[in-house]
Amino acid sequence: MSDTSSYKATAFWPNDGLTDVPYNLYDDEAIYLRERERLFMGPTWNVLGLECEVPNPGDYKTSFIGDVPVVLVRAKDGTLRGFENRCAHRGALLCLERFGNARAFTCVYHAWSYDHDGNLTGVAFQNGVKGEGGMPDDFRREDHGLRRLQIASLSGLVFGSFDPAVPPLADYLGPDIVGRIRRVLPKPLKVLGYYTQTMRNNWKLYFENVKDPYHASILHLFFTTFRLNRLSQKGGIIVDDSGGHHVSYSKLDEKPGGDGDYNSAELRADTDEFGLKAPALLGGRDEFDDGITLQILTVFPGLVLQQVRNSLVVRQIVPRGVDRTDVVWTNYGFADDDEELADLRLLQANFIGPAGYISMEDGAVVAMIQRALPGTKGDTSVVKMGGDGTASQESRATETSIRGFWKAYRKIMDI
Amino acid sequence: MDVTAQHGLYHGIVSGLLADYAHCIDGDDLESWPALFTDTATYRITTAFNHAQGLPIGIIDARNRNMMEDRITALRKANIYEPQRYRHIISVVRLIDAADVASDIIQAEASFIVVRTTIDGSQDLFVSGRYLDEVDISGARPLFAKKLVVLDSDKIDTLLAIPL
Repeated sequence: MSDTSSYKATAFWPNDGLTDVPYNLYDDEAIYLRERERLFMGPTWNVLGLECEVPNPGDYKTSFIGDVPVVLVRAKDGTLRGFENRCAHRGALLCLERFGNARAFTCVYHAWSYDHDGNLTGVAFQNGVKGEGGMPDDFRREDHGLRRLQIASLSGLVFGSFDPAVPPLADYLGPDIVGRIRRVLPKPLKVLGYYTQTMRNNWKLYFENVKDPYHASILHLFFTTFRLNRLSQKGGIIVDDSGGHHVSYSKLDEKPGGDGDYNSAELRADTDEFGLKAPALLGGRDEFDDGITLQILTVFPGLVLQQVRNSLVVRQIVPRGVDRTDVVWTNYGFADDDEELADLRLLQANFIGPAGYISMEDGAVVAMIQRALPGTKGDTSVVKMGGDGTASQESRATETSIRGFWKAYRKIMDI
Repeated sequence: MDVTAQHGLYHGIVSGLLADYAHCIDGDDLESWPALFTDTATYRITTAFNHAQGLPIGIIDARNRNMMEDRITALRKANIYEPQRYRHIISVVRLIDAADVASDIIQAEASFIVVRTTIDGSQDLFVSGRYLDEVDISGARPLFAKKLVVLDSDKIDTLLAIPL
């Protein structure tokens, strides 16, 4: 392992607390490499996709843990397996397609092939040609399998880890987070479509943004402008014991109507001077029967699970270098959605994503931090809203979940 | 009019409407953009992958002209993003199902690229893709009855505020 003290010096942490975050964590190449080694390839669970994306034996999906390419595959016995997407021979990518079905994985370069468990099953010309060449006698295929992942799933959401010593997924998440994940994944899923938002900033800036409820009503003015936020909303923030995971949620104060819809309360906005001409967007169904219209959940280090009304999305954060990040948005619904609900999800997708009414600003604002980094050497940001701790809070005027992130981050990075 | 002449006329109608379309977006006359659609027109941005797989999600999904007007109102009054302009380059038009010359709807396809220029002068090839259009020619002027924007790539750089 590298010398820990040098990393501590590199990171410029002024103290052992969580309120003064060094800016160099967002553009230091050594930090980025350490994150890959200790955090993404360490004892963490990283989202890979949904079980419904690989329903049949041989179905595979290519994905990433951090920026490391991996493959998720459903084996012949129906279980999920995962391995690094890199041939053990010369290191070429093994799978290029995003999705596919394969009886075996064969590298295009020299035709080394692997089974669904990542075992090396074939080496072209292993015994040479006409007695000439070939692998040495002591070459054993079992020594050259693919690097395997630990795989675990929860309610159809699949995670992978490079570290065999990673804690069981449920222990890693804790009961509050498990409950909130189950809440938005209660039955068989259906993918509604994908897109990727590429961001010109370090991955942590986006993850912090998602964990930050303080900015929501300040930066995202859609609801304010159309006077849609006067209904007082109840909610809160839950931060797990590790600090790395969080849930932010809110609900309408009153549950209007008897039909489980909340259209009637919000459509009043339509009569306002600045009302929308097509307020159907603002409707919705209380599909989880608890009045919660917004739930943003994060799992350390790279998952965002989002409910904005009836728009449900798995967002996977993929670092692409110290100042580039891909956010892969997988919109989903349920296999048994009726026509109206299925349509609501598509309609409300206008709120989210790179063109979303209440999310488009996020891509721009975090890149604005990245662009201002050059003068920050030795400086820190101020993360003191709501105190210096990481406790769960009812107020959303807090940065408790950002501090929670740094708590988990400092521990696993040992800086 | 013979069929060939009719096709030439249709090419001209669709090309003219697309030229007006690019003119109002690239010229920041966004308020005129919805007026190029019928009341009940749909406007949706998707990706080639979703389109090929039959996955229904839209990056923007407007179900009628009012929703398009709301989007422009939101861009002007609510959404915050760095000033930026597009430059559309739109290809020649290909007619789809051109045999049906009796219809009031022309189905057409055109390729496009959009270069985005931000306030600091940076320029990037923002997106490429194709328009799958239905143009209603029953009224006084041709209008889009449906516009499906199919992007070649899944990736959107930073944000997509202005319509494509």
